[in-house]
Amino acid sequence: MEHTHTTTHDEHAGGGVKEIVKVTIILSVLTVVELVLGFWMMGMPLESTMRMAVKGAIIILMMAKAFYIVGYFMHLKHEIRNLIMTIVVPLALFVWFIIAFLYDGNSFRNLRNTYDPYFKEQSTIKAEKKEETKHGDATHEAPKHDEAKPADPKAH
Amino acid sequence: MASTTVTPTKLWSGGKSPFNVEYGKLMMWYFLMSDAFTFGAFLISYGTIRFSTNGWPDPNLVFKSFPFAPHGVNAPLVFVSIMTFILIISSVTMVLAVHAGHNMDKKKVVKNLIWTIIGGLAFLGCQAWEWTHLYHEGAWWGSNPFPNADGTASSTNFTNYFFTITGFHGFHVFSGVIINIIMLIMTLMDKFEQRGHYLMIEKAGLYWHFVDLVWVFVFTCFYLI
Repeated sequence: MEHTHTTTHDEHAGGGVKEIVKVTIILSVLTVVELVLGFWMMGMPLESTMRMAVKGAIIILMMAKAFYIVGYFMHLKHEIRNLIMTIVVPLALFVWFIIAFLYDGNSFRNLRNTYDPYFKEQSTIKAEKKEETKHGDATHEAPKHDEAKPADPKAH
Repeated sequence: MASTTVTPTKLWSGGKSPFNVEYGKLMMWYFLMSDAFTFGAFLISYGTIRFSTNGWPDPNLVFKSFPFAPHGVNAPLVFVSIMTFILIISSVTMVLAVHAGHNMDKKKVVKNLIWTIIGGLAFLGCQAWEWTHLYHEGAWWGSNPFPNADGTASSTNFTNYFFTITGFHGFHVFSGVIINIIMLIMTLMDKFEQRGHYLMIEKAGLYWHFVDLVWVFVFTCFYLI
């Protein structure tokens, strides 16, 4: 395709160092806001509505960051419409993937909590104190690590 | 031949580039789309398992240490935010390298590629430290020393997913660094000057930004929520 590299030169409508700086600042600000929300969330009680709302806000910020990276850094926003559609439309499958699988996981938990007393009982066993878990964790059969030995993943 | 002039429907009848990008770049986009589905499948699987379990470890109690910090330091989110910024900045220098390539500015391409490679290596170093630290705390595939946030005993799902997904991402960072090093060598050998364009840098750039993009999702799913 000899002709293509001549066409690609004039396609860069947007861009320029100015835009790069702008997007860098936006991404940094979004990350800082995410971190602030993350720190703020730590003090909230588990499973509280407020905590869930903050998690939702973090996910929205994550999507915004993804938009800026794909749109400006990967330049997709300045490509022609056909190319944008051939990439974005298949990714719309993720909407279904996420809803279907998370709904399924949640439903499985509810079913087990309702009909499987053993499962329910297992998930109420308290873990041992931290000092003890370091030396030997009795709650599951996983092999423990000897901290003096060098790291060797093959040992397991 | 129909007598119509150039219309959007004629775009596909040959002699034109309908997407107005070169072949390699289009194929890189398709590859990245398939890679997005791979990472998406991993992360959705993680989400499904997390939704189907009653308890889950609190990331703020797991990822709370820092290199050279005294033992027992409590600094959640600090180290991982540094890793995130390293990757964002290396993405920016990659954009600047691509931009310099458009202007046929070899010196700036080389400079920005070197910064990108340094950023990638710094990220890998951070990840290596974090993995080693977690390993010494007893976390690995099939071994999870961290209790659930509500104090109940946890399963090994947490560490299995953490090491698998950050490992797969780290492998992408590693291959991205290798690709960028190859791009740097080709630039220094004047390969792109001879070709008359720096489009190869653009394709490597797409891959590198994708790695940054995936980290945005991994960072959110494992460390924040």
